[in-house]
Amino acid sequence: MGPLVPQEIIGADWNLFIAFVIGIGFGFVLEQAGFSSSRKLAGMFYGYDTVVLKVFFTAAITAMLGLLFFSLFGWIDLNLIYVNPTFLGSAIVGGIIMGAGFIIGGFCPGTSVCAAAIGKIDAMIFIGGIVLGIFFFAEGYPLLKDFYMSGSMGPLKVSDVFGISGGVLALIVIIVALLMFKLGELAEKRWPREEY
Amino acid sequence: MKTKYMNPYLAGVLLGLVLLMAFFFSGRGLGASGAVKSVVVAAVDVVAPEHTANSGYYSKYVGEGKSPMKAWLVFEMIGVLVGGFLSGAFSGRLKWKVEHFPGITANRRLIFAGMGGILFGFGSQLGRGCTSGSALTGMASLSVAGFVSMMAIFGTAFALAFFLRKNWI
Repeated sequence: MGPLVPQEIIGADWNLFIAFVIGIGFGFVLEQAGFSSSRKLAGMFYGYDTVVLKVFFTAAITAMLGLLFFSLFGWIDLNLIYVNPTFLGSAIVGGIIMGAGFIIGGFCPGTSVCAAAIGKIDAMIFIGGIVLGIFFFAEGYPLLKDFYMSGSMGPLKVSDVFGISGGVLALIVIIVALLMFKLGELAEKRWPREEY
Repeated sequence: MKTKYMNPYLAGVLLGLVLLMAFFFSGRGLGASGAVKSVVVAAVDVVAPEHTANSGYYSKYVGEGKSPMKAWLVFEMIGVLVGGFLSGAFSGRLKWKVEHFPGITANRRLIFAGMGGILFGFGSQLGRGCTSGSALTGMASLSVAGFVSMMAIFGTAFALAFFLRKNWI
């Protein structure tokens, strides 16, 4: 049955409207969770507020299990789901630069747009920074291209690397997440926060 | 402690369901930085169309029959603006402000926000997606790139937290 648009069960004309509706849900949940506050987001890295850890991993696990069960029930063809390709070197270095941006700027791109939507001026400046950063990358692309394209491994899945099923991998992720949630709860008791 | 925000585990399940719906309807996950990329490409294309046509990076997104703004992520992020605004209105959080730790000035917060944005924007292109597009969506689809991005982003932020503590605690 699914995914509906790639299989033309729903016309491609609807895809952008679907994107808009899904975006509304995305933005609403991010804001309700408190991701519109940089102090809440940064709290993750100082232990006083681990909402990022809890929301991020609960969401990843929910969607992961959803895909596995949908596939099991024959509701979705996983071969038609886009899996982002792995380029190991650029993924690691890009991730390191993003991590620095996260702790320096207090947002990531999605949360900054959500925060800007409720009037956070620091988030608007952050978005201006993203625009500049992408512009610098695009203009510097000739110099960066070789590294950007290096270490190509295609749309590789972690379960294939370790030769385990998707279900076993999901179970491992769930166990690791539960341990981290426990750590997060302990940290929040150790470093109490104020409310913003 | 009492909080005015949604229970994080409930919010996580709801966010996961939104992501699952993106997979189920459109066969792809969520994202954010890709929408800003579209804006940058479209803007540069207006100012210097020859440059975008000849550049190795921009040229992938422009040309005949291609419109960088008619992209899934652009419409999704317009939705995020609407959804975030509705949530803020619903919960009484609509307010112009520079949010910062009381120990620093608003100007300092803004300078660091700008610098962080530049780094995140640059890194999101090198890393082929940000926290939502590469890390969250990638993890849900079990991709190696997703797990690598997640560990690199959060690992680095933890590693640098000590040096930036005066900004936050």
